Amino acid sequence: MAVLVFLAVAIAASIPLAYGFRMALMRAAPHHMAAPARDMPLTAAFGLLVILLYVIVAAFAPVLAPFPERAVVGVQFQPWDGTHLLGTDRLGRDMLSRLIYGARNTVGIAFATTALAFIVGSLLGIWAALRGGWLDQVLSRFVDALMAIPSLIFALLLLTIFGTSVTNLILVIAAVDATRVYRIARSVAQGVVVMDYIEAARLRGEGNWYLIRHEILPNALAPLVAEFGLRFCFVFLTISSLSFLGLGIQPPMADWGSMVRDNATLITFGNVTPLLPAGAIALLTVAVNFVVDWQLYRASGLKEQG
Amino acid sequence: MMGDVLLTIRDLKIEGRAGEDWLPIINGVDLTLHKGEVLGLIGESGAGKSTLGLAAMGFARDGCRISGGEINFDGIDLRKASERRKRALRGQRIAYVAQSAAASFNPAHKLIDQYCEVPVLAGIKRSKAEAEAIELYRKMQLPEPGDIGFRYPHQVSGGQLQRAMTAMAMACHPDLIIFDEPTTALDVTTQIEVLAAIRDIVREYNTAAIYITHDLAVVAQMADRIKILLRGDEIEEADTRAMLAAPRADYTKSLWAVRSFARPEQPPASGTPVVSIRNVTAGYGKIDILHDVSFDIHAGRTVAVVGESGSGKSTVARVMTGLLPPRRGEIVFGGQTLPPDYRARSRDQLRQCQMIYQMADTALNPKLRLREIIGRPAQMYLGLKGAKLRARVRELLDLIEMEPDSFIDRLPGELSGGQKQRIGIARALAAEPELIICDEVTSALDQIVQEGILKLLDRLQSDLGLAYMFITHDLATVRAIADDVVVMQKGRIVEQGPKAQLFAPPHEPYTELLLSSVPEMDPDWLTRRLRGRRGAG
Repeated sequence: MAVLVFLAVAIAASIPLAYGFRMALMRAAPHHMAAPARDMPLTAAFGLLVILLYVIVAAFAPVLAPFPERAVVGVQFQPWDGTHLLGTDRLGRDMLSRLIYGARNTVGIAFATTALAFIVGSLLGIWAALRGGWLDQVLSRFVDALMAIPSLIFALLLLTIFGTSVTNLILVIAAVDATRVYRIARSVAQGVVVMDYIEAARLRGEGNWYLIRHEILPNALAPLVAEFGLRFCFVFLTISSLSFLGLGIQPPMADWGSMVRDNATLITFGNVTPLLPAGAIALLTVAVNFVVDWQLYRASGLKEQG
Repeated sequence: MMGDVLLTIRDLKIEGRAGEDWLPIINGVDLTLHKGEVLGLIGESGAGKSTLGLAAMGFARDGCRISGGEINFDGIDLRKASERRKRALRGQRIAYVAQSAAASFNPAHKLIDQYCEVPVLAGIKRSKAEAEAIELYRKMQLPEPGDIGFRYPHQVSGGQLQRAMTAMAMACHPDLIIFDEPTTALDVTTQIEVLAAIRDIVREYNTAAIYITHDLAVVAQMADRIKILLRGDEIEEADTRAMLAAPRADYTKSLWAVRSFARPEQPPASGTPVVSIRNVTAGYGKIDILHDVSFDIHAGRTVAVVGESGSGKSTVARVMTGLLPPRRGEIVFGGQTLPPDYRARSRDQLRQCQMIYQMADTALNPKLRLREIIGRPAQMYLGLKGAKLRARVRELLDLIEMEPDSFIDRLPGELSGGQKQRIGIARALAAEPELIICDEVTSALDQIVQEGILKLLDRLQSDLGLAYMFITHDLATVRAIADDVVVMQKGRIVEQGPKAQLFAPPHEPYTELLLSSVPEMDPDWLTRRLRGRRGAG
């Protein structure tokens, strides 16, 4: 019951919050950006606000966190009190501080991974659609072969071969996810390359790089942005599940996925503390998708049925 | 012959949604239609003629609403009638024939299955409906009427599909059919057959019709009365013959005058041609589309390449631009043989020959601003940068009669169809070419807009000494702008020569057929033409 009341209060509070944020954006935005800010739905404003908060927390983690990330500052499983606002974990490290540092690690790695997957996947996908022929065949069949292997098992395999470091983690998940991005980018670009303006640009003698950057990418951006939001959430989950399996972010680095696992015993005692990192993941996922939905709506020109 | 009143529309107002506002589309139009009468609705795109046609069925498109006035169909108030009541009328007593039959048929079902849907709903037995369908196919002069219904839409030609759709509209012997530009997408030679079939069947069943089109010559053949719309207002209405003989409103007169534009006669070609197409044979896969095609284009002259769809006229353009390397033959540009593949051509060779496309919508990148669309060729070929490039873009916008300050930062989506086509022209001019290939550049535009584009092209040609290759199926355009004409059929050149010579008899049989299929403003033209053709055949 208490949880339901809490949820209702949280949702009720986030509406005026989102409203205020949108007003602030409208004031602050430069002239040509004012119209999209005004037409922004409240959900998107809320999403942007949450993302902004996460970014601030991640950037200023050392300033915001009351205790260091890795120091044991108390006894095990201390309850919430004045010094340790959210208690301590099973080694006696401050929970709040680890949550704050976790934002930096988990969100940072997830963002870097998704960005890398998108740069590689979409460029290759558009290139394949543009060139066609054998290049398209070779790239696409290679990607098909990679996609045939279950992604988690494939990531586990690669991580065992190359060892578990943050760089390897980013590269491996990016490689796995780039295959999905490639597929989408290729099929969207295939619809664009048949347009007359691409033919006109080719006949003008434009190179591949110009065609990709100026002619195709702006027209393929909407579905790619939507996919970015979804992919970002999946990467999050992949990192968390890899951490849960012990191959992700390695202790003592704070990571939301492994924080759930480490403190899972507390759940049996009816304590919500281990669910906080999970909640942080969920909140960000929802926020990102709110923003992405809005972007998709804007780009596709979907109109509500009157 | 005039029967009782079938449809009356009084002071009809329709609004369309633009963001949060409602803008008027039709502002108070009256319309009366008697049983068995054909009313022609004419106007530019955006005049509201399709909206008015649909309103006659008591229907408004998504994002539109009927905001005032009365619609009375045979004693039924369509504005007050329930959706259920209106559904019972539609298809059975009022039918609609759309512009593009190819897009309106469901590709997954056979023609006759789609035909039978409405009659079966109306309670007619399937076998009886099929028999009637075959009878109607025969009356529409479709080939093999017994079998054609059992084909899928992609297995029959565009003209046949349009006739099959008209047959479908006739299925329940409706009192009223609304034809929304049924022949606009067809070749002239096909159009004449569809027109004849529609006219005969409407007369035979004494069906009333609203015939929507922007082609005056077509409406002159079909309609008893003509109503002219402009931006949602009625300009004038009169009997066809009276309207043709003496249009009253200035706007009507300007519509009539459009077809009078003609480029002055040029002196005969001399000197070396800008481009020579020499014995070109080309095709896709194993099939040859072009067979031994040769012709020349001289500076300052316009060569019109004419033919039906499938005649290979667009393939000639693809060979010239290097998109389709020919199997045999060569393209000689300014005395120099061009490499067959565009990728092997130098930047300067690419610059010399520019292209303007039929569909300005797909020819302009919707995400780039006009500044970049027009500026890019100048930047690439001529190396212009910064202030010089900006000045050149403004100059080009001036040249195509568009105000630089208000247009330079717009996106293509913020332009009208005619303006987009002008931007296509500006992009071609930015490269400072010697030859511009115009691929059906006016066929997607209204007549008044068309005339503006043709005049602009003509002015640019005399100012800049450009050579044009004008691909078209519209002989009225050829008459207006061409100096030399090349007539193509099935990938071969049937006849070529200066315009005056080609338009004067004697003609090749195919040229004769093309010329005789162009509708004329005379309301008796179709009757005469059919009599002549059937008499000869």
